Amino acid sequence: MSRVKWHAFLVTIYLLTKSEGWELTNTSTPIIEFKNVGLSYDDNEVLKNIDLSLEAGKFYTLLGPSGSGKTTILNLISGQLTATHGDILFEGNIINDVPVEKRNMNTVFQDYGLFPNMNVFDNVAFGPTIKRMSKTDINAKVTEMLDLVKLSDYADREINELSGGQRQRVAIARALANDPEVLLLDEPLSALDYKLRKDMQYELREIQQRLGITFVFVTHDQEEALAMSDWIFVMNDGVIQQNGSPEDIYDEPINHFVADFIGESNILDGIMKTDYLVHFTGKDFENVDAGMRPNERVEVVLRPEDLDLTTIENGKLVVTIDDQSFRGDYYEITALDDDGNEWQVQATNKAEIGERVGLTFDPEDIHIMRFNESEDDFDARLESYEDDADDAKE
Amino acid sequence: MMPKSKRQRQFFYIIPYGIWLVLFVIAPLVLLVFQSLTTPTGHFTLHNYAIYFASGTYLRMTFNSVWYAFLITVVTLIVSYPMAYLLNQLKQKQFWLLLIILPTWINLLLKTYAFIGLLSKSGTVNNFIGLWGVVPQQLLFSDWSFLLVAAYIEIPFMILPIFNSLAEINPRLEQASRDLGANRWQTLRRVIVPLSMPGVKAGIQAVFIPSLSLFMITRLIGGNRVITLGTAIEEHFLVTQNWQLGSTIGVVLIVAMVITMILTRDRARRSARKGR
Repeated sequence: MSRVKWHAFLVTIYLLTKSEGWELTNTSTPIIEFKNVGLSYDDNEVLKNIDLSLEAGKFYTLLGPSGSGKTTILNLISGQLTATHGDILFEGNIINDVPVEKRNMNTVFQDYGLFPNMNVFDNVAFGPTIKRMSKTDINAKVTEMLDLVKLSDYADREINELSGGQRQRVAIARALANDPEVLLLDEPLSALDYKLRKDMQYELREIQQRLGITFVFVTHDQEEALAMSDWIFVMNDGVIQQNGSPEDIYDEPINHFVADFIGESNILDGIMKTDYLVHFTGKDFENVDAGMRPNERVEVVLRPEDLDLTTIENGKLVVTIDDQSFRGDYYEITALDDDGNEWQVQATNKAEIGERVGLTFDPEDIHIMRFNESEDDFDARLESYEDDADDAKE
Repeated sequence: MMPKSKRQRQFFYIIPYGIWLVLFVIAPLVLLVFQSLTTPTGHFTLHNYAIYFASGTYLRMTFNSVWYAFLITVVTLIVSYPMAYLLNQLKQKQFWLLLIILPTWINLLLKTYAFIGLLSKSGTVNNFIGLWGVVPQQLLFSDWSFLLVAAYIEIPFMILPIFNSLAEINPRLEQASRDLGANRWQTLRRVIVPLSMPGVKAGIQAVFIPSLSLFMITRLIGGNRVITLGTAIEEHFLVTQNWQLGSTIGVVLIVAMVITMILTRDRARRSARKGR
């Protein structure tokens, strides 16, 4: 093939992958799927009509406060719990009635659940032994797994001789020794100290990418979720509030709960006067949102790190510094505007308590949330006015 | 008033039990050993031990004691382990536990007599099977009835420690085992049973050792068909009045108990260490 032809061939392939037809044929079966899954204890609805779909090989996080249903979802995937209604599919097959031990997934538990009557080697070898692998294969597997979690020298240690971080690693090695297609992690880092947690976040992410298997990670720590995940499900009250990439969820929270739970937020009541014009704290501001009814009541979100302190003349708002604390790389400042609203600001420059200063932000830092807007409606609206904006440009 | 030192206070706490210990544990032990090593006139001798170890009868009694204590322990364990396991899964644990402990509050002799009423030729069991025209059977005074009654009496002492050690096992471990591909049976064999061994050892101690010196049940239910060391001691002290030989058998029995203790405790401690 000549160079030109070869190039043309590649371009064709590229265009094919972009076209919708290719997408249809290339859409592989999700590794895990929930179809209208719910779980109730007596009258208590723990999980309400959950639909979700996980692609193979990605790092998913279920994020939410305790009691939000995130661990319930994990236990439904692993089979420790059975749904009250709905179907759970694994690679396209319904697995509602498949017992825990027959599912090709393994769990890293919050308290590790290591067997105290066995040493490190025997803990990791537990799964392969149950599978009746040969002695040499078991040895090879355990060695490989202990290498992976950097515990090669600890095979003969008893569990009670290990630190929390080491136990954590053994638990990961033990769960991976079965070659699961999905690894489920139930708040595995919550018992570790800050520094160790950071290291393990990085390492878990690395292990996931090296093995290329699906990870489903449960946490209540939004920072952890943002740092590790390809895709996040934010849960509250047994409902998925929002799902998306970490950037999407941080930048475009869909409702008050998500905005408040993910990161620090200033949330104010406002009115969307027309497209691209929002009114709050008694003033009109230019912004980048559209697609609402005229004069619709909305909530306005401004992230503390998007706010800057400036002179009163240059400020879009005038505030009085109420409190400030040094956080290492920034000052956490609390300020009050003339309407009495409290503002959280992360500023690089120091301020004096009681000082009156200007507060400034860019139009694209203003994020608008409608009341009771579903994820689908949100996406549709976003698409419609972004298209408008593109048309306007042309 | 002068402040008392910690040591003085501790000494004060020990006095009531100390009196008890000296009068009813240490003194009898010393007397027992002393009598086993003397003649009736108080001279030192090893004669009693010579008689004991030279006599086939006593050695057979020793073997009988150990053998029946072993059988009682095995039967008790077979009945108790599954029960303790089940008990641990029940919702009303405390209630069922109470039911199991309840019989231990009743006097041993009373319970034994009750079994005579149940098992005798005109007893409840024979009356019951008589409804189907079965002629009354000789149930009392057999090895089986002896084992049945002894096991019945010992079962709570086996269930309790096993139940406690099962209750201490983190339920997460069972979950983890299932998660790693083990079915219920494999989980039981590889995780639950090994972790409950401290309880099993404690239960064996609590059943085997007292069973070595059972004697009222051997007479009332076993009809003295089974003669154990307990029976022999009773005979020597109360019937033949040979306190020296009775003491000797007592010392042998105590030594056997201590050996059992050491054997089971050593293992119990090792698995307890691993279990933590």
